[in-house]
Amino acid sequence: MKIIKPALAGTLESSDAQVSVEPSTDGLEVSIESSVMNQYGRQIKATVMETLGRLDVTSGRITVIDKGALDGTLKARVECAVMRSESTSEAGIPWGGAIR
Amino acid sequence: MLNAVGREIPAELLVDGKEVYQGKFYMDGKYVKKDSPRSRRAVTPVADKLCATIREAAEKCGAHDGMTFSFHTEFRDGDYVSGMVAKVLIEEMGLKDITVAATSLGTAQGIIAQYIEQGRIVGAQTSGVRGPIGEVISAGKLATPAIIRSHGGRPRAIEAGEVHIDIAFLACASSDPFGNARGVGGKNNFGSMGFGMQDAQYADHTVVVTDTLVEAPNVPASIRAIDVDCVVVVDDIGDATRISTKEARMTDNPRELMMAENVARVIAATPYFADGFTFQTGVGGPSLAVNRFLEDHMVERGITMRFALGGTSSAICRLQDRGLVGHILDTQDFDQGAIDHISTHPDHHEIDLSEYANPANKGAYVNQLDFVVLAALEVDLHFNVNVITGSDGILRGAPGGHPDTAAGSKCCIIVTPLTRGRMATVCDSVVTVTTPGDCVDVLVTDYGIAVNPLRQDLIDCLDRAGIPHVTIEWLRDKAYGLVGTPDPLEWEDQVVAVVEARDGTILDVVRKIKPFVLS
Repeated sequence: MKIIKPALAGTLESSDAQVSVEPSTDGLEVSIESSVMNQYGRQIKATVMETLGRLDVTSGRITVIDKGALDGTLKARVECAVMRSESTSEAGIPWGGAIR
Repeated sequence: MLNAVGREIPAELLVDGKEVYQGKFYMDGKYVKKDSPRSRRAVTPVADKLCATIREAAEKCGAHDGMTFSFHTEFRDGDYVSGMVAKVLIEEMGLKDITVAATSLGTAQGIIAQYIEQGRIVGAQTSGVRGPIGEVISAGKLATPAIIRSHGGRPRAIEAGEVHIDIAFLACASSDPFGNARGVGGKNNFGSMGFGMQDAQYADHTVVVTDTLVEAPNVPASIRAIDVDCVVVVDDIGDATRISTKEARMTDNPRELMMAENVARVIAATPYFADGFTFQTGVGGPSLAVNRFLEDHMVERGITMRFALGGTSSAICRLQDRGLVGHILDTQDFDQGAIDHISTHPDHHEIDLSEYANPANKGAYVNQLDFVVLAALEVDLHFNVNVITGSDGILRGAPGGHPDTAAGSKCCIIVTPLTRGRMATVCDSVVTVTTPGDCVDVLVTDYGIAVNPLRQDLIDCLDRAGIPHVTIEWLRDKAYGLVGTPDPLEWEDQVVAVVEARDGTILDVVRKIKPFVLS
């Protein structure tokens, strides 16, 4: 998948994460802020990178503002932001493929 | 040196007789020489002790560089006096190298954070640290590490002369012109003056700050004129509506109500739940809600409570009004209902923090407690509790009477959700030990109940009552299963705060957190 236009998913509520994506020509640039940075920063980054990898996103500026979201929430927010960015239709969501 | 809760205490702190924590009753039977104030005689009869300003009073009391001043925080987030006084001492008088000795430091004392940042306030001794003050202390901005003491540890340290107060500035709801002062009887009442009473007896000088001047004698006085140098009248001493903040609320959250119901079941399953039992609860949502469920068990058994202790809310006052509670022994009022109640009910009494919880007197009320129900930020596999540092290692909490009631009571119950957001409440090892595990008996979470293996008797009680329970390891695994295993915090060497056990030994230290860089 490609990040084509700026898109946003998620909220700044407690236990959620807000993920925004923007196109970029300089490869993948990921920045993470988190209310649980000291204890979970590395795990959050690993989850975000793994999700982007699974979606085959290789370039874009990704900003995650995490408010203590669990892994499942993080994955869903990243997937949603990427798909909004390329205006994926419901039928186009790769259920069972990259999304599982 | 490693202490009894497995924490490494730096040798440089173990000077002047300071020892590491060695168990909850280690100091039993030892003698203490009590400190005494250097008190100025007021022989010549005067018309009053009124001073026009806080500055005039501070000058009369010899305010000077390097001194220690104290205040109480009965107004919690609505306190005005501590900020007013700090501003006068630091900005108007230009004093430096000041130490604050407070019952707590929170958002209402935010201005003190600025003075710490500027290096004007160099020491802080307190029973709680929240908000911006916690951040500056955690950033290592104090010249000396902050000293965190429990509500019982504070009067112990004052009596032992480990903290000597030069001037106590005490907010009082009403005072007569000579300084007989109370927490009620004025326009901004806060109820019990328990946090401030002892300061007046041990400080070299005491200034009463009030907004309601009444005719002498203002009795029964919580602060007595014989201990007071000056009286200052200001517009408002505080905002009582801000006493009851989100920490002191009655919950309608079903998860918290379920935990509260389980706490009440545990209490009812023990042999201590008998006519004349004694009880204290904290003001966290689930702890406070226990009152509601306990009532049903009391009515069912036809028993009453001999006394309720400590911080007081309307919930316990209502139980007293229904004849279910003999006495309320009150150090602090958490809402308007309790503030009104203390001045109207003859068996709702004000007590000071030494009577409440001091482990170095001849027996504080906590020693008579059957049950205490408390909250926690974290509990570890040894049942050690942290209520002072967040999962980011920053100071943001208050031991208050937690360690005192836990140590004194026959059955200490911690009630807390298993996770808060992505934070695991039950963990391998707490960030900071504020209450040692040998004082904690039962842990009630939304995923299950665990009993400290040291208390086989309580395990048997739960089994007989058919209350299911699990091991604390099971709860830890469940928590980590939900949120992931946290990475350990990384610290610098600098100690920013010393956590004293209630007996004055060192329980733990808080170091400066290393800035986190995500590679």
